Amino acid sequence: MSKASETLLDPILQRNPIGAQILGICSALAVTTKLSTAITMAVAVTFVLVWSNGLLSAIRRFIPSSIRMIVQMTIIASLVIVVDQFLKAYAYDLSKQLSVYVGLIITNCILMGRAEAFAMKNGVGLSILDGLGNGLGYSLVLLAVGGVRELIGSGTLLGYTVLPTTAAGGWYATNGLFLLSPSAFFLIGLLVWALEYRRHSAMAKGR
Amino acid sequence: MFEHYLSIFLRSVFTENMALAFFLGMCTYVAVSKRVETATGLGIAVIVVQTITLPVNNLIYHYVLKEGALAWAGYPDLDLSFLVLICSIGVIAAIVQVLEMVLDRFFPALYNSLGIFLPLITVNCAILGGSLFMVERQYNAAESLVFGFGSGVGWALAIMILAAVREKLRYSNVPRGLEGLGITFITVGLIAMAFMAFSGIEL
Repeated sequence: MSKASETLLDPILQRNPIGAQILGICSALAVTTKLSTAITMAVAVTFVLVWSNGLLSAIRRFIPSSIRMIVQMTIIASLVIVVDQFLKAYAYDLSKQLSVYVGLIITNCILMGRAEAFAMKNGVGLSILDGLGNGLGYSLVLLAVGGVRELIGSGTLLGYTVLPTTAAGGWYATNGLFLLSPSAFFLIGLLVWALEYRRHSAMAKGR
Repeated sequence: MFEHYLSIFLRSVFTENMALAFFLGMCTYVAVSKRVETATGLGIAVIVVQTITLPVNNLIYHYVLKEGALAWAGYPDLDLSFLVLICSIGVIAAIVQVLEMVLDRFFPALYNSLGIFLPLITVNCAILGGSLFMVERQYNAAESLVFGFGSGVGWALAIMILAAVREKLRYSNVPRGLEGLGITFITVGLIAMAFMAFSGIEL
């Protein structure tokens, strides 16, 4: 039980895929101008991660190691196509806003990284938990960055007005920088700083 | 006509830089930018692969995958465009593999300097992203060649700038916990802000 819960909970804060392992940052930065796209992306990546980890772990004994990359790629790409088609069918506007970044889940290093580091060595159940944990860790960062950027950049959350902007007669002057690419780099930088600082002080306390 | 291509080129290098405006290829961008020499090697490899894969993917898209593209084979109603993702990544992996073999056979010196970076490129999202942007913006073969070269150059430029900055950063006094990755991201943010100054340039 403890191993299972560790597999699930560890990647959420302690070994967060974005903050600590620096995997899959591309999409984390690109889709976070709004909370709604960030949520969609988080759900999509978690879905693909859980399924690819589970499927690859289930067939791990039958994959010759020389072609395992191709097998991993194919399975991940097929799952991403499913997500892409689903979004196009049921959430066309969102899929337009996410543009190429849904397709880019294929090259998201979290997927290959977890497949290679965990799913090829562990059983199906643990691999699914590992996928879920990493997916949730990734989602947490995405939601945090997306929330901050939408709130400061346009004064809304999920499209609902939180801070009434001056353009609409309120008091809040929007900070347009937060909708542009540099702010995403700054926010991730600060986040990494916070996580590192926490780890440093934890280590100092342990000593 | 020439101006049109020049405009695509300049846009893909400066205003719509793959790394700084679209965040593509970030993992390798941050991981392999500690030294200028290695960054240059990787940058050149990206330019080469991007310039080759984009036109190839473009031809495949226009003659096989696009809706009605298979009319020449007698299937005018077939729409295979949902296969773009898996096809592009397959083509990229195959071309990287072939390129590796060709370089190994005919240009051993170049292979030795680029060798370790080539496999990394398969999972570099700048390459796949380029192919997907090409489909989304409906470039033709010539435009995609220019776009591929331009976006490769833009990415190489961005990683070389970052590597040069990071070499100097080694001597600075960075606050505790911000060393390494944190300060790198802040630096990239500042470079991205500098590149934003190019936005609005139109030919």
